[in-house]
Amino acid sequence: MTEGEPLIRWDWIAGHLDELAFRLGQHVELTAIAVGVGLVIAFALSLLILRTPRLEAPITWVTGTLYTIPSLALFALLVPITGLSVLTAEIGLVSYTLLILIRNIIRGIRGVPADVREAAVGMGYAPRELLWRIEVPLALAVIIAGVRLATISTIGLVTVTALIGQGGFGFLILIGIQRFFSTELIAGAVLSVALAIAADALLVLLQRRLTPWARAA
Amino acid sequence: MPGQRGATVEFRVVTKRYADQTAVDALSFQVPAGKICILVGPSGSGKTTSLKMVNRLIEPTSGAILIDGNDVLQDDPVQLRRRIGYVIQQVGLFPHQTIAENVGTVPRLLGWPEARIAARATELLALVGLDPARYAKRYPAQLSGGERQRAGVARALAVEPPVMLMDEPFGAVDPIVRDRLQGELLRIQRELGTTILFVTHDIDEAIRLGDRVAIMRDGKLVQYAPPGELLAHPADDFVAQFTGADRGLKRLEVLTVGGADVDASVTRDAAGPNAPALAPAMSLRQALALMLQHDATAGVVLDGDRYVGVLALAKIGKMIRSDP
Repeated sequence: MTEGEPLIRWDWIAGHLDELAFRLGQHVELTAIAVGVGLVIAFALSLLILRTPRLEAPITWVTGTLYTIPSLALFALLVPITGLSVLTAEIGLVSYTLLILIRNIIRGIRGVPADVREAAVGMGYAPRELLWRIEVPLALAVIIAGVRLATISTIGLVTVTALIGQGGFGFLILIGIQRFFSTELIAGAVLSVALAIAADALLVLLQRRLTPWARAA
Repeated sequence: MPGQRGATVEFRVVTKRYADQTAVDALSFQVPAGKICILVGPSGSGKTTSLKMVNRLIEPTSGAILIDGNDVLQDDPVQLRRRIGYVIQQVGLFPHQTIAENVGTVPRLLGWPEARIAARATELLALVGLDPARYAKRYPAQLSGGERQRAGVARALAVEPPVMLMDEPFGAVDPIVRDRLQGELLRIQRELGTTILFVTHDIDEAIRLGDRVAIMRDGKLVQYAPPGELLAHPADDFVAQFTGADRGLKRLEVLTVGGADVDASVTRDAAGPNAPALAPAMSLRQALALMLQHDATAGVVLDGDRYVGVLALAKIGKMIRSDP
């Protein structure tokens, strides 16, 4: 950091609004794709586990192991294979969402009361109808709780992908560090946190909207 | 028209074996169309297993169950269940759907147009005594236990199934509500003529609701008879014990004044000054209560205004004692 320089130079920020908007878009895009793809994969794996409970232990082991790999190392390992690309970033980001999402999808669907399930089957719900019309809607609150966690942690992780040329607000942090420029570093960090808080609030609203019955009691 | 929509249900040597035990052992009986058959017995007697084999939530090991002569095992289970009403103790209303949506469950599965589903839901809620204007848009969590059970019955009746299965439906509500729900179930059943198979462990409920009562023990049918006969002639010690030492009194519930030994050869003065008026349709239990209340030794039986005869208290006492 240069001597006598203020922590934040607001004039820099005012002059770089286009850059900030671009990084915001990139950050949101990387996050949305990661959580979206993660949700699809997690859902498929969850259905597999619900149908064949034997698979729960191996799948949890794999996703749990993925979760423990340091993100820096994972991206570094992938670069020789998939390059400095969005794909490399997403493979890592998606991998980190799976553990949380699968755990919540399974917990949500298993939490559907037995009497509700028995009544549904007894009245002639076919397995597919039972899943989509009864089990998934009733599991929604728990599933969205998982999506919130996955989203927050992904928004944090996206900043690390700056090292492989992506990064959203993480790019600002990285450049800020390299240039000893605190304004850029702080802007990147604060905006990343703000984005996480905003995304979480949006998901809470979405959950309320989708589960009106939860407030009826 | 009453009594026309129900189907016959027949169990033909139905057995359900699990690895280490026989839950239901060569069960055979027949329920006539439009009647209420109560399956009653201690826990583990196989009554719920028997019920669940009708809509194939449990598959029998051997034997056949016929609805109007058609073996349910030949049918697609999902299609079969949509034609059979099903009510369970915990009701199992869908928490994420309004009461009207819950009641429209089977019509929706069958692909009825939404307008018809809504109209049917309104009709059914009224039938079970839930004001549609008040309840249609509520969620199950906003209802009391008794109201939920009413909604459960409405849901089961949505497509006027010829057969309805009820698994201890009133087991979780308090006695006053249970009494009212039992009365309304009888009213609705008489109105629609649905054949009902009803599981309970409560012998009083069985006697009140049943046209036929099947007493089960250890997976076997011990006795299958109308309640009056069951109380008068228990098949064995188990049935005698299960129906209770007071089965003579219980029997008075299912016998009517009209069917009792009314003496038509005497004038009404013979009944004494305090004698209460009795109607032929009244149960003997009610008649007994009235006589005791009036401190009378007899009652005057009147069919409307017409004098029928005198029923002596001693005659009722004799019916209680005539227990074998």
